[in-house]
Amino acid sequence: MKLSTVAWHAGVIAVLAIVLYPIVWVVAATFKPSEDIIGGLSLLPTEPTTVNYERAVEGIAGISIARFFWNSTVLAVLSVVGTVASSALAGYAFARLRFRGRGAMFALMISTLLLPFHVLIIPQYAVFQRLDLIDTYVPLLLGKFLAVEAFFVFLMVQFMRTIPHELDESAKIDGAGHWGIFWHIILPLARPALITTSIFTFIWSWNDFFGPLIYLSTPDKYPLPLALQLFVDEASGSDFGALMAMSMLALVPVVLFFLFFQRFLVEGVSTSGLKG
Amino acid sequence: MATVAPTRQAEASGQPAGPRTRARRSGDGVAGYLFLSPWILGVLLLTIGPMLTSLYLSFTDYNLFTAPEWVGLDNYKRMFEDARWLKSVQVTAIYVAVAVPVKLAAALAVAVLLNNKRKGQGFYRAAFYGPSLIGASVSLAIVWKALFTDDAVVDRMLRVVGINTGGWAGNPDFSLMMLVLLGAWQLGAPMVIFLAGLKQVPVELHEAAHVDGAGRWLRFRAITLPMISPVVFFNLLLETINAFQVFTSAYIVGGPNGSPAGTTLFYTIYLYDRGFSDFRMGYASAMAWMLLLGVGLITLFLFRTARGWVYYSGDRR
Repeated sequence: MKLSTVAWHAGVIAVLAIVLYPIVWVVAATFKPSEDIIGGLSLLPTEPTTVNYERAVEGIAGISIARFFWNSTVLAVLSVVGTVASSALAGYAFARLRFRGRGAMFALMISTLLLPFHVLIIPQYAVFQRLDLIDTYVPLLLGKFLAVEAFFVFLMVQFMRTIPHELDESAKIDGAGHWGIFWHIILPLARPALITTSIFTFIWSWNDFFGPLIYLSTPDKYPLPLALQLFVDEASGSDFGALMAMSMLALVPVVLFFLFFQRFLVEGVSTSGLKG
Repeated sequence: MATVAPTRQAEASGQPAGPRTRARRSGDGVAGYLFLSPWILGVLLLTIGPMLTSLYLSFTDYNLFTAPEWVGLDNYKRMFEDARWLKSVQVTAIYVAVAVPVKLAAALAVAVLLNNKRKGQGFYRAAFYGPSLIGASVSLAIVWKALFTDDAVVDRMLRVVGINTGGWAGNPDFSLMMLVLLGAWQLGAPMVIFLAGLKQVPVELHEAAHVDGAGRWLRFRAITLPMISPVVFFNLLLETINAFQVFTSAYIVGGPNGSPAGTTLFYTIYLYDRGFSDFRMGYASAMAWMLLLGVGLITLFLFRTARGWVYYSGDRR
């Protein structure tokens, strides 16, 4: 290896070490007794213990952590299903169909891309309250099924536009309708966009705090971020280790998604590299 | 569903020539609206409707339980006499003005560092990107608070090298800075975008300048920066708009009152507090519209200044 290459690796790793330090520190901290955590500079626990995780698994307020995981999973999975379906449908219409008002509606969709959601939440809350839907998952999920996340609609449009039109033409000749073309041709070819949408929707839903904070009030229905906040309020200071351990457990699915997504990327790059 | 479209098409082809022909050639109205129906419902019921309603509510006194009462511009006037509102504007403005440049500079520096063809680049890119997926979560805010608690890890480490801030999380002078650092820690997302931009810079330009004796810094300033200026602008716009809306980390670190001493009372936190703790929903709506106005003006301002420093290829300047 050339000297410059070694220097480059050393430089990158040094910067990376600073960025990843908080993660390494907290993972190590979860294996320390609570009282050693706050001031503990050394990464390796002197007396490793799993007591933090044992307490984290017990949960809070008499509700086990499994319940919060389940709630988060339900919300995330339904969000993915709703977002992927509704954005793919809208993307197909915007990218492949011609109809009156398409241009205006597309412009409207783009203009909602960067709209701060704060101008929407108060009336939304008032309506859901009127409909007696507070403390249910409906307010958190309805928008996902109605393609409210313009970012993903835009992603679908961009991707579907690149699919050659000859494919639709030949399918049309074979007698396929729009649904057939959408289902059998566009969707399979748009897989990368569907996967990207799924991954981001899952992670955003998993991390979402604001939505559950305003809409949910029964701890039994809390997803993990809200449960963590409850834990902060109830155990502030006293059970630091368990709080850290629970925070880490809450991140596991996101980390797994990230690792899996990475492999997906690397595979794509290496196969195209082989072909090239 | 699969049979709907062909039937309709058959019907259409049976129609005499006329306006129909054009409709048929120019596509499929019904199918278009059908595919778009979830989005249309969403945009009407969850975007345009609420937007107009909140604009109306911003001119009323409304507490969710009694009918809104028209008060004209009162809510807007009251904001400028509301010390907490002014504080929240100040906190948010400082945060945007500091956090965005810090984050973008860090992201660009790492991107430049990573931008070379050596083995391992993909791995490093992923490793730097990772934190931006978890950075805005409650978990990470909890971890951050633990790291920056007074007399905790960061405090002690800095004292080893002779820096004493007198605490972070509990110190009004540094509590906001700790959130700026949390923002910068999520440099991965803009970094990936910068890296994509850097790959587009032609190597020949650098080589030619190198031959002419231009040093690294000069080449970066005279070639790289102008070439990637559209990407810089894109990142700047996105990060600025996002920075205005920080909520989760600030709420976990400082709570609904922005402790210590209101130094982490972000605009969104105060809006939440007014709207959903006090149920002053007319006031909160007016606050939301002021936020939209602020973000809109900043966006406009960025687009205006962009003419002076963003270069698109083919631009004759």
